[in-house]
Amino acid sequence: MFYIYCPYCGEHREEEEFHPKGQAHLSRPADPDACSDEEWGNYLYFRDNPRGLHHEIWVHAIGCRKFFNATRDTQSYEILETYRMGDAPRVTHFTDKQKS
Amino acid sequence: MPGHVLKTSADYDGETSSLPRETVATEEDLTMQKYSGFGLLKHSLTHHENWQRVWRNPKPKKKYDVIIVGGGGHGLATAYYLAKVHNITNVAVVEKGYLGGGNTARNTTIVRSNYLWDEAALLYEHAMKLWEGMSQDLNYNVMFSQRGVLNLGHTLQDMRDIQRRVNANRLNGIDSEALDTQGVQEIVPILNCSANARYPILGASWQPRAGVARHDAVAWGYARAADAMGVDLIQQCEVNDIITEDGAAIGVSTKQHGTIYGDRIGCVVAGNSGVLAKMAGFHLPIESHPLQALVSEPIRPILDTVVMSNQVHGYISQSDKGDLVIGAGIDGYNGYGQRGSYATIEHTLQAIVEMFPMFSRVRMNRQWGGIVDTCPDACPIISDTPVENLFFNCGWGTGGFKATPGSGHVFAATLAKGEAHELAKPFSMFRFHNGALIDEHGAAGVAH
Repeated sequence: MFYIYCPYCGEHREEEEFHPKGQAHLSRPADPDACSDEEWGNYLYFRDNPRGLHHEIWVHAIGCRKFFNATRDTQSYEILETYRMGDAPRVTHFTDKQKS
Repeated sequence: MPGHVLKTSADYDGETSSLPRETVATEEDLTMQKYSGFGLLKHSLTHHENWQRVWRNPKPKKKYDVIIVGGGGHGLATAYYLAKVHNITNVAVVEKGYLGGGNTARNTTIVRSNYLWDEAALLYEHAMKLWEGMSQDLNYNVMFSQRGVLNLGHTLQDMRDIQRRVNANRLNGIDSEALDTQGVQEIVPILNCSANARYPILGASWQPRAGVARHDAVAWGYARAADAMGVDLIQQCEVNDIITEDGAAIGVSTKQHGTIYGDRIGCVVAGNSGVLAKMAGFHLPIESHPLQALVSEPIRPILDTVVMSNQVHGYISQSDKGDLVIGAGIDGYNGYGQRGSYATIEHTLQAIVEMFPMFSRVRMNRQWGGIVDTCPDACPIISDTPVENLFFNCGWGTGGFKATPGSGHVFAATLAKGEAHELAKPFSMFRFHNGALIDEHGAAGVAH
């Protein structure tokens, strides 16, 4: 069970209030009509799916209903940070301590 | 025991040992003994202490015709059919843990083929036909029990979808019937079919040929039969890179045994597919999620079929041992941890108790998770890749077990010929570029 800090509510709440929404920081192609099938397919379906550090979107569904980002280890499930939409992640690689 | 010295693995493996690294095979080891009732009787006379080893534990060769990464059910089935159907026996199955220790050991063992779309229905029905002869084919009892599967409908829309799917199944020659509430109640008297239920059961689709199988036996049976034909099963050997040359895969680099070369490489690694694709330098349309399951304490026989419900979201059967085997949907977040959240288990059991109020006081015994590789259209990927000679069989998501023989059979053909088997063609990873998706979210059922 995750205990997630909502960056908008400013509180830790239980996982059941939230829904995960997949990989974060995907940018929609500026001009979809100009995309090749490959570019558009990559945007729609292809994902990093890392074993390790993952930036992902969550929504505080039974709360403020706002979307935000989280950086989480997909191996240990540890949430390293949550941050608002539009912000850049501060954790982009494991520290030595987190690796162990 | 005097005079009975057990050889340790160090005797076989250690550099200091006088024995060659490759295990010494006696005459008896080279030919696989056939399992039979008579054999069981014979071995009972010696207290079952003289059974032949089930498979060898060989040292990898420098080079193989085909390397299969992943020693689960699908990988082992692939190796078996490569040897049996295509006569390619210079094959290695490279497994980082032990055989059948991933999702093969973690699923809820349901086998069915009542999928909606032609492409998927034909693939799963291909598997179903192989299931029906598997124990005889492998000379290994996989305990395939065709006890039927019910997919319940609780709403008018559910019933319309069921009718459509049943009709589609019949057109594809798959046994499938639509039942009303009474028909369901007759098959499962303990199911709560009351009209006053919160989600009343309006009917179901029923596939009589569907059922369950003994999951571990499937992996072991394929492993034993493949090994007997000369396939090298290399356990405790983790691939940490895929070696490419001029855009073509030529081998794998392993943690324990260095580089192993192969003309063709097939990756059948389920939840870790994304990790291997990254080694080869491309992305897959796959995300890895935890999928949990649980079993109750063993109870007397009470449920002789499989009941699934998409609407209340759970499925249940009873094993031969007596435990209720229960599962439901994935945890929504990406995860490689082979565990999930308690909230998901709670929802699963809520669904089971909604259907079977009498199970409310049954105690759950064990709970676990596996890493499933889900595709956006709930269909697998059996495909060539941007890297030449490298093939992936993945994306089975939450429903791979039922497909084990069919998956192995078509992937073996794909690896043998270097191009997709007829049944595998629609399942190219490039369908996510050209848009030819096969939307099986409905028939993929509870888990999606």
